[in-house]
Amino acid sequence: MRVIAQQLRRSGLEDILVKIQEVRRLGFDDGIRLYTTPDLTAVGYLANLARERRSGDRTYFVRNLHINYTNICNKLCKFCSFYAAPNSEDGRGYILSPEDAAARVAQYSREPIREIHMVAGINPKLPYGYYLDLLRAVKAARPEAQIKAFTMIELAQIARVAKRSLVEVLPELQAAGLAACPGGGAEVFSERVHEELFRAKLDNAGWFEVTRAVHRAGIRSNVTMLYGHIETVEEKVRHLLHVRELQDETGGFMCFVPLAFDPSRTELAHLPVTTGYANLREIAVGRLLLDNVEHVKAFWIMITPGVAQMALWYGADDLDGTVSHYEITHALGTHSHRQVLTVEQLLDLSLEVGRVPVERDALYNAIEQPSAVSLQSFSG
Amino acid sequence: MPFTDRNLVHIEDKLLAGERLSFDDGVRLFREANPLQLSAWASVVRHRLHPERHVTYVVGRVINYTNVCWVQCKFCNFYRLPGQEGGYVLPREMIFGKIQELMDLGGTEILIQGGLNPALKLDYFESLFSAIKARFPVHIHGLSPVEIIYLAKISQLSERECLSRLKTAGLDSIPGAGAEILVEAVREEIAPYKNSAAAWLNLMRTAHQLGIGSSVTMMYGSVESIEQRVEHLVRVRELQDETRGFRAFIPWSFQPEGTHLGEVKRASGFDYLRTVAVSRLMLDNLPNIQSSWLTQGPKLGQIALQYGVNDMGSTIIEENVVSKESVFMVPLPEIERLIRDAGFTPVRRNTKYELLPLG
Repeated sequence: MRVIAQQLRRSGLEDILVKIQEVRRLGFDDGIRLYTTPDLTAVGYLANLARERRSGDRTYFVRNLHINYTNICNKLCKFCSFYAAPNSEDGRGYILSPEDAAARVAQYSREPIREIHMVAGINPKLPYGYYLDLLRAVKAARPEAQIKAFTMIELAQIARVAKRSLVEVLPELQAAGLAACPGGGAEVFSERVHEELFRAKLDNAGWFEVTRAVHRAGIRSNVTMLYGHIETVEEKVRHLLHVRELQDETGGFMCFVPLAFDPSRTELAHLPVTTGYANLREIAVGRLLLDNVEHVKAFWIMITPGVAQMALWYGADDLDGTVSHYEITHALGTHSHRQVLTVEQLLDLSLEVGRVPVERDALYNAIEQPSAVSLQSFSG
Repeated sequence: MPFTDRNLVHIEDKLLAGERLSFDDGVRLFREANPLQLSAWASVVRHRLHPERHVTYVVGRVINYTNVCWVQCKFCNFYRLPGQEGGYVLPREMIFGKIQELMDLGGTEILIQGGLNPALKLDYFESLFSAIKARFPVHIHGLSPVEIIYLAKISQLSERECLSRLKTAGLDSIPGAGAEILVEAVREEIAPYKNSAAAWLNLMRTAHQLGIGSSVTMMYGSVESIEQRVEHLVRVRELQDETRGFRAFIPWSFQPEGTHLGEVKRASGFDYLRTVAVSRLMLDNLPNIQSSWLTQGPKLGQIALQYGVNDMGSTIIEENVVSKESVFMVPLPEIERLIRDAGFTPVRRNTKYELLPLG
């Protein structure tokens, strides 16, 4: 496209285009330029080249269910509106027993759910046996669904209460039903941000250590970046380069998920909500710097369905899912009208922008669709 | 394959040569151009017309002087029929109070709109507008073609005479509301009692001839086809060639919630941005395209700046016509943040699009 070529030249991004075309790795300065150029179209164009090389026209989605087994947490992160402190008496704290969790899953027995996403607070009262029972109960309630559970912070806690090493604990969790790990809790890999916003939480080096152990155990995971609070552009680029380095080492990351910070009801409520530009740019820059991560997710609950749809041309190839029962950031806040998306609506969003929806499981295996006709029929 | 570069090369040729796009080009852009092409191409026209990296806005407010209306548009969530409970006409003191609030905020524009209320004839507006002008140095951006056509009829005047007297009383410009889709077949379906497309355009023609400027809207996403959207754009472009009276084009999507067309699916984010972009590309003679963050939300309302939009419209203080659940309110500092975040400079303007110092 001649106009895009002109724009890339005017924005001084031609050299990045050449690198992308030659499949060469981008550096720190490239990342800074991609974050700071006002020409979002040019950044999107570059990201889309990388996206189409990896995934063509495909857009992945999953029928999933979220379970947050407890909101009691001793980490007191400033950006969180979900937690109840362990000894607080406001009555908000809850723990789902393994039976409660299984019952929650059973409520959705008529939906062909493929992924159960399970994360929660760090509740010091929960013993090791609880986590195993939780996995077993959920797996028994829904054997055909894969359980994607426990962030690196939760896994560190589980090993601590088990009083054993992760190397010993992880196979037991797998045997109980753990199939993959979500990418939450990475926040931003910066000492400054860690100290300021989530000092009680596992530090960055600890996060990397747990991730290495998880990947070595043969468990694949996602990785996130929480943006839109106090982080700088430099810190974001460094975060992405850390992820890329770790991925070179382990190859265990399936998907990068940029998470838009929602300040409402947190200690940072004075901060503005992330903009549409920022939502698209984070996806695009993530796609361009993380040349060794297969998928980039547009999480529509946080960025609205309209922006997630556009993101399919700015680097994203995954729309997450139907997300039955989401609790952690209150769904959508004031910035969109929809609280839920049906499978039909997800398919429409994708097809309308020329992307072919592919249903996946938690490990990004495509679920066989006999023909386009059946795609129609299950959307009805 | 939905999007193909190949067939659109000639459109890019025309664009780079500064040539006018045809009806067929518009249809193909809607059907075949991918989001990044639309964004890149619309930005060419946008920067050609507005080389400075400004995004403008006006500080204004909407005053809905009455909700009484007999037209019964299926997409409307605001009206009460004459005699129906809940109908109102705002008392003059309340209107003045609203304008005073706007003046206190440094505002310059009131958008006065209501319904087709048989009780309000020309003398009501003449005396209201001149009373406003006697008290406030405010720009009256008021009524709409539908209201003025009806007003002329019940006041037994020609449209020209009616417009001329409104202008003398203080009407400065006319908002482009009620254009919906300027194609008869669409109007018959969604607003059967409303005036025709030809009547709408004719009223605007007369207004422009009298030196009354206006904007023009498009409400897409109800029952119209892509071809009918493009026909709308072409009809607007033709009148603009003739009069040069349109200052801004404002596409916004039909909001199905709470209306009699509730089964229609809400148009997507992509549909909004492609409509904005194709409008920018087709309307080569219309200087400004406004964001409709009111209906699209601040995220898409901002992304539209990359799809041909150069104006954020009015910092609306209240809005009553579209369904309550589908309206976004965005305060002025947030509008300015959205503009800056997108790499543009926010500039305050008046209704004539003359730049004002930042307040």
